[in-house]
Amino acid sequence: MSESVYAQLLYLLCGGLLLASVLMLWRRQLSALISLLTAQGVILAGVAALLGTQDGGLELYAVALGVLILKGGVLPAVLRRVLADTGAARETQPLVNVPASLLAAALLTLLAYAVSRPLVELDPTPTTQAVPVGIAMVLLGFFLLVTRRRALSQVAGFLLLDNGIAATAFLVTAGVPVVVELAVSMDLLLVVLVLQVLTARLRATFGSTDLDELRELRD
Amino acid sequence: MSATTWAIVAVVVQVAVVVVGAPFLVGLMRQVRARLEGRAGAGSAQPWRDLRKQLRKEPIAPEGSTIVFAAAPFVLLSSLLLITAAAPFIATTSPLDGVADLYAVVSLLLLGSVALALAGLDTGSAFGGMGSSRAVTVAALAEPTLLVAGFALSVRVGSSNLASLVEHGQRAPSTILSPATLLAAVALWIVVVAEAGRLPVDNPSTHLELTMIHEAMILEYAGRDLAVVELASAVRLAILLSLWGTLFLPWGVATTAAPGALALGVVGLVAKVSVLGAVLAAAEVFMAKWRLFRVPELLAGSFLFGVLAVSSSFFLA
Repeated sequence: MSESVYAQLLYLLCGGLLLASVLMLWRRQLSALISLLTAQGVILAGVAALLGTQDGGLELYAVALGVLILKGGVLPAVLRRVLADTGAARETQPLVNVPASLLAAALLTLLAYAVSRPLVELDPTPTTQAVPVGIAMVLLGFFLLVTRRRALSQVAGFLLLDNGIAATAFLVTAGVPVVVELAVSMDLLLVVLVLQVLTARLRATFGSTDLDELRELRD
Repeated sequence: MSATTWAIVAVVVQVAVVVVGAPFLVGLMRQVRARLEGRAGAGSAQPWRDLRKQLRKEPIAPEGSTIVFAAAPFVLLSSLLLITAAAPFIATTSPLDGVADLYAVVSLLLLGSVALALAGLDTGSAFGGMGSSRAVTVAALAEPTLLVAGFALSVRVGSSNLASLVEHGQRAPSTILSPATLLAAVALWIVVVAEAGRLPVDNPSTHLELTMIHEAMILEYAGRDLAVVELASAVRLAILLSLWGTLFLPWGVATTAAPGALALGVVGLVAKVSVLGAVLAAAEVFMAKWRLFRVPELLAGSFLFGVLAVSSSFFLA
């Protein structure tokens, strides 16, 4: 693959990552959030595989496969189960309304470009040029995490944050096993967290709902 | 004939194709919608039959309305005709090339909207004022996106001249697949939908008082004036779709003023705009009009895409 085609494909995939993150801020439907997370996981695996073609080794292909299975398959499936159990279809009251959060997303993206400039200037190759996208995803994930009320969209924000960390790791240090290992173990941690949300929700449905109603009756 | 003559011929052909074709485009979109909804539809030529009927009737101006009301349809139509003559829809060789700057085109589009909004206010009717205020709100929200997305496109070329943008796109097709161009395409598509008054921003076929935007402004027009306004809104839709089509699918636009290339340009323009219009109409079948208070959300989203397009055209290139 020639250098220019490689850069073009990489930028296209990074544009897709950024687009999916922004759309996650836009959509209120929780099921749409999960679909976007799936798409983002697949694109992230594509980035890893693309870096693998430049790297030459098999390591990154294995990582890409792992990311594809975990972020494109397992995590969305778990989230869909949570969604089916809770039955809440949409984020009704985000702390910041959607137009304002979209404008905030524009500012956060510019901030990411601004802060990653020194990092890019260290070694301006096509791969490091795309690092701002990873940092922007981290910031957008943080934003989603702090402004949403539903447990599921907070988990989605957390996963977006993790995707951002993984993307930055791929782009900055392609093929360092320790970082990749760290990202994968972080994902496993996330699966546990997601399951915890699931059990907490179940407990909420069976245990505390009645209590709330009793309190309302007393008032 | 010399190249200059052919360039003038290209302008005349372009204006003729857009003005004659625009009502057919509206008809085609209604027909696509009707077929998808299981109706027979009135045929693609119905808008022209409506226009012919309205042109024969006398125009009536509401009592107390001024020259603003009387002049608005013609200001609107002539600003759109100027865009049509200058923009490189068929050939990039227009003698009016200097006018075909992206920002000049945006300003001319806005001139028409403002004329119509003033006419809506001038009638003094409740619906006219309501429609004007809504139309101006939407325009004010859509305009920054148009400028920012245009900026993203012109950064790479180093010029905001439409002909240069088109020629650059033809020379380097790979730039069209770059994230900056794709994001700008999405942003501009939302703006096209908002500016042309299509679903989910405005419903072009409604006459329900509380929901209409464009129709509320032109409620007081009748006869010949109404025909001009209707023709102008069809031309506006055609211009917006052609603009999108020429910027993001620049193939087929003639770069030399030769008869063969011009013929190819006409065919390319008609094909692009018909496909885009059919896609727009087909997508509208699955959509409902949004509440007016959700429209800023849509336009904030498109503005965000515009900003992302600009930033990625600087950083991912």
